[in-house]
Amino acid sequence: MAEPTNANVSEEFQNDPRVPDELRNNVFITSLDKLYNWGRKRSMWPMLFGLACCAIEMIATAASRHDLARFGWELMRASPRQADLMIVSGTVTKKMIPQIVRLYNQMPEPRYVIAMGACATAGGPFKEGYNVVSGVDKFIPVDVYITGCPPRPEALLHSFIKLQEKIEKQSLRNVPWYRQGEEDVVPVPALGPDLVDMRRAQEIKEKAAQAAPALEQPTA
Amino acid sequence: MAEETTNPTPAEPATAAKAAPAAKPTSPAAAKPAAAKPAGHAAPKGPPLATLTPELAQLQQHFGESIITPAPYVGVLVNDLSKLRDVMTYVRDQLGFDMLANVTAVDYIKEGYLQVVYHPQRSKGGQPITIKVRVPRGSDPVAPTEVAVPSLTPIYAGAEFQEREIYDMYGVRFEGHPDLRRILTWEGFYGWPLRKDWHEPYYEGDTKPFDSRWPGGHHELAEERVPWGDNVNYPPGFDPLNFNSDPDAGLYDSMLSGVPNAPIGPNGHAQQAPQPQGVGAAVSVYDRNYNTLADEEELQTDQIIVNMGPQHPSTHGVLRMVVKLDGETVTDLKLALGYLHRNHEKIGERNTWLHNIPYTDRLDYICGLANELGYVITVEKMMGIKPTERAEYLRVIMAELTRIESHFWAIGFLLNDLGAFYTPALYFITERDLILDLFESVTGSRLMCNYMRFGGVSRDFTEDQLAHARELAFDRIPRKIDELEQLLTENEIIKARTIGVGYLPAERSINYSLTGPCLRAAGVPYDIRRADPYSIYDRFDFEIPVFYGADVYDRYRVRVAEMRQSLRIVQQALNQIDQTKPGDIQAGKKAYNHRVPAGEAYGRVETPKGELGFYLVSDGGQNPYRYHVRSSSFINLNALKEMTVGHKVADAVVILGSLDIVLGEVDR
Ligand code: SF4
Repeated sequence: MAEPTNANVSEEFQNDPRVPDELRNNVFITSLDKLYNWGRKRSMWPMLFGLACCAIEMIATAASRHDLARFGWELMRASPRQADLMIVSGTVTKKMIPQIVRLYNQMPEPRYVIAMGACATAGGPFKEGYNVVSGVDKFIPVDVYITGCPPRPEALLHSFIKLQEKIEKQSLRNVPWYRQGEEDVVPVPALGPDLVDMRRAQEIKEKAAQAAPALEQPTA
Repeated sequence: MAEETTNPTPAEPATAAKAAPAAKPTSPAAAKPAAAKPAGHAAPKGPPLATLTPELAQLQQHFGESIITPAPYVGVLVNDLSKLRDVMTYVRDQLGFDMLANVTAVDYIKEGYLQVVYHPQRSKGGQPITIKVRVPRGSDPVAPTEVAVPSLTPIYAGAEFQEREIYDMYGVRFEGHPDLRRILTWEGFYGWPLRKDWHEPYYEGDTKPFDSRWPGGHHELAEERVPWGDNVNYPPGFDPLNFNSDPDAGLYDSMLSGVPNAPIGPNGHAQQAPQPQGVGAAVSVYDRNYNTLADEEELQTDQIIVNMGPQHPSTHGVLRMVVKLDGETVTDLKLALGYLHRNHEKIGERNTWLHNIPYTDRLDYICGLANELGYVITVEKMMGIKPTERAEYLRVIMAELTRIESHFWAIGFLLNDLGAFYTPALYFITERDLILDLFESVTGSRLMCNYMRFGGVSRDFTEDQLAHARELAFDRIPRKIDELEQLLTENEIIKARTIGVGYLPAERSINYSLTGPCLRAAGVPYDIRRADPYSIYDRFDFEIPVFYGADVYDRYRVRVAEMRQSLRIVQQALNQIDQTKPGDIQAGKKAYNHRVPAGEAYGRVETPKGELGFYLVSDGGQNPYRYHVRSSSFINLNALKEMTVGHKVADAVVILGSLDIVLGEVDR
């Protein structure tokens, strides 16, 4: 839709003789999208969920000096059912990823994910570890990535601003959470001999049937 | 400091390269004759026998042939496994080594055995001794060893988690262990990750720098190189659509007795795990009378099992506590660990010596600088170098500020657990941020400082930074500690919630290898800065605060008192540092590649959480052959069950908070 700017709308409105005097300066007209997004972006409830070192900086961000409350985002909820934002603050391990996916699935839409720090983004310094997932985006969709190990609190604040910008651009008409049909549920990975991504089960089965994987290599 | 127990030739290249992890005898059996006559050591320049500490000599005399000294290595080897418990009982009761500081294992693949290494120490202080046993590796890469090592849990309760970790990482079986399951990985994991022939999916080479990166600088995305396109690997024939994934079965099995209608796990109905034995364990935790109200018994309440974590606001990260509850009373508690297992040790053995410094920051990420200190002084001892004077002072200033900062954090979050949600923590985080500002201005980072180097530190303080440190140490922090005490120490609610809660008497604490403020709150004046001094702590005038309540309240009070003592140290160091030469912060040349002479060392420091030890084995190369971290957070958790059983579930949270664990160090 061709969106008139707020200023235009107000002017038109103010000049309209049908509008009673006392309302002239008290009414704003905007699009539903704008109102909806404006409200949402200023009242995110992040999940109280820390994984590793980055969580310490996340707590520092919420504390007095950096004061997350300025953004209206300070209400950390311990339950995923009450949260709309998951800050993946730390190293995602194979042992933990089933829980992370389950928590993500339990969050009601609209939900957002911030991958905080090198580990959550791509595995970070521990990427080569046998129990480390190379980035949480291998399993759940991420909205904002922040670099750093750990990112400074300012960087986390920056990611909030970025996420606010993203929210502002969303429109009620095409956001995924009002569409019809099933909700997106990420299948929870399982812990077998190694982490099993259930979406790739068929492929894994086929490959494992024919391949002699690296584990069998003789040592030097 | 602790460093090595005996290795008297840290700088001696003679034992070098090949000899390294290999005592010259190539099998345990072959070792015997050589050892029976220790004088006949053929090893060139092996440590002369005189370097055996009096205790080890006495031990050898007492046990004769079953104890040998496998030069050129440190410590003694018990070659008759069935004697191990006798030896350790003797070590504990006759020699007075009442605390098992560290247990770990090393895979000597060329020689075909796994060596389990014990470091018992005296709670009175002094250096630990080193005792070893060997088991053949076995031929099957996924089966645990055929030969089992007798578990030491009946002698040292603190061995429980450490033995489980060795089982998990190396597949060494421990006979008589109450609950031998995988601890950091999960039940069903394929292989034994720390064995030298086990390769992680992204395996590129045994040691860094990898050929592909050095010196050309070429690199590629690991995902593009590996068969599965991801950090996974499956045994041949694995069927992901049809496998039994129940990593928790063993955990619940071990807790189910007494729970009505409990399902029986695939392993059959497990028995109640045996209670800890040993010094002071005569009173079983189950005998404590927690049902004080007569009616409660008549109520016939069901027992239920409740999972707290790994995502739970009270567990300080991704710890998982599984508690069995009778009403609100905890009757059993198990920990499920490993949710933050980042393979620190496997990565550490690939890294060069220098590479590992920033990784130690990420162990206990609240107090990174203290961890770095432990690592660098251990390596320095092996290399036989000493940092410059100024660097010593800078290290102490940083380490003690870290202690203050960490205790601020610990106390803030203890109050969180007590229900004072966030408000007190906010005060302390503010103070902590001021200290972190100093860290940041000096090192460039708030948390992960990467500051210490072998033989020095990476940056000097400027005049401004010294002034900043002085302002903190002489003015701001003392005021804030006073304020903290005013607000909290006599607070009625805090006293009501914490006095007598989480009680663990001194002898049990020692038996559990508890270290740090928790041990000192139980009346044991054990602090490595005094018990086995390292760095320049012998120059400062400070006390080791001790309280006798052995409960949550006294753990809090010890921390407050320690902050004051740390301040004293920082103040003295800031006064004395002017006598050192500015800019003189690195002994010798700056180097990127360090070669550490072959040998092994166990070095330790007192971090805010307790004893942080590094057990390092070098084969003379650029990388550690074995890199083990003895972390106090992990080992202190052994005692959590005994502290908690009998209390209400709300107190379980507080008791955990009083231990002040950090998951990065627990799971490593
Ligand atoms: S990115 Fe760095 S600071 Fe953050 S969790 Fe990973 S290692 Fe820790």
